[in-house]
Amino acid sequence: MINNTVIELNFFQVLLGYLFIVIILIIIRLRGLNKEKVLIIASIRMTVQLVLVGFILTAIFEEPHPLISLSAVLLMIVFAIFTVFNKFKGLLSRPIKKVIIISLPVGGLVALSYFLYMVIRIEPYYNPQYIIPITGMVIGNSMTGITLGINSMIRRFKDQKETIEQALILGANEKQASHDIINESFDTAIMPTLNNMLGMGIVFLPGMMTGQILAGIAPNIAIMYQIGVMLAILGGVALSTYLFLILGYRTFFNEQVQLISTENGG
Amino acid sequence: MFELKDVRYKAVLDIPTLVIQPGLITGLIGDSGSGKTTLLKLLCKLVSPTAGVIMLNGKSLAEINSVEHRQSVVMLSQKPHLFTGTIKDNLLKGLMYHKKTCSDDVLIQWLNTVNLNKPLSESINNLSGGEAQRLALARVFVLDAAIYLMDEPSSALDEKSELFLIETIVNFVKANQKTLIMVTHNQSIAKKYCDTVIEFTNGHVKEGRLDDQ
Repeated sequence: MINNTVIELNFFQVLLGYLFIVIILIIIRLRGLNKEKVLIIASIRMTVQLVLVGFILTAIFEEPHPLISLSAVLLMIVFAIFTVFNKFKGLLSRPIKKVIIISLPVGGLVALSYFLYMVIRIEPYYNPQYIIPITGMVIGNSMTGITLGINSMIRRFKDQKETIEQALILGANEKQASHDIINESFDTAIMPTLNNMLGMGIVFLPGMMTGQILAGIAPNIAIMYQIGVMLAILGGVALSTYLFLILGYRTFFNEQVQLISTENGG
Repeated sequence: MFELKDVRYKAVLDIPTLVIQPGLITGLIGDSGSGKTTLLKLLCKLVSPTAGVIMLNGKSLAEINSVEHRQSVVMLSQKPHLFTGTIKDNLLKGLMYHKKTCSDDVLIQWLNTVNLNKPLSESINNLSGGEAQRLALARVFVLDAAIYLMDEPSSALDEKSELFLIETIVNFVKANQKTLIMVTHNQSIAKKYCDTVIEFTNGHVKEGRLDDQ
């Protein structure tokens, strides 16, 4: 029987890992790709950020406190919202930003709370060992889902302007005129998560499960967690995106039920 | 019915005063870009005037619920957009918005009225430009609105089909006591069928009858 205790990596062993960076640097140089700076910055940032997070998490786990867990969750949500805003710089109207500020936290937190308190039933309720990594996964994926939903909705409102106007002319309200766009955008937003679930366990072993197994957790326990987390991620993505779409379509119309771009474009 | 006071829409339209009477066929004529289509869009509230007031039966359009308004004032665009699917899907779409329904027999009667002899199950991808135009016409007829706004309804058709379609529209409007406001590029059609015409020149309007001018 193989000894399943964790092999702790020392500084020298991690340093050996950087050999890959050297190999890529050589390839970049040989091909004249001009990406040395990006590669070095990415490697340094990854290392520094993770080392810092390691220290922070160690400190938090040693002295757990409800306020610290709550702050960590809030920080992740705020960071996720600003990441979405930055991705669509100049493209988001003020009302649509408000919808993102509501839908991302609400959708993510509903899925998260259900998973943490009904499924895993963590003790104590602010246990950072569970709250921090699981919040990261759920909010991070909800952010990606909403980003896809926003992108799809903005593009479709532009591309399908004629269809929407035709529906309005025939007497549709905003909801009826946007019906297909909401459905198509929801589909676009949740598809990557569903594809991920389809390939899971066959095409690849998910990161969280791999991490747990490497840390010495029995695969059957790791799998149970992975299934639960995957469902929470799907819940977070679906809820936050759906909320965004059913609140967000209204921002494309004015109070006279006219397409805002139409009114401006004449 | 429609009463416009000092209505302006950007630099496109400037109408100090205009009255459109109910129960008549009003023709809108003038060069392209002179504001005819914009007036139709204003009347069905697809856009709102940048200045001035449009009244319908004494009530400002701004105060009327837009969706209810568009259900009684239906517009047929110059290039109507058909929804993906079949002929039936397209006929039922508007009815669905109006919370109405219709039997297949009635739908077929409307197709016969516009001389579109295709099965309800036919995909819209198999329709020619003229057939699509006629389907779009049947799609607004079936809604049984009080006021119809039509933007060059026969523009995609040859001369013979054009006359047939205009006569179909006029017969429908007269038989059902509807109001019709119709943009046309064809002066002889305006002269023959319209009770009154509004002539557009660079966003300004002049009312009258063509045979009086």
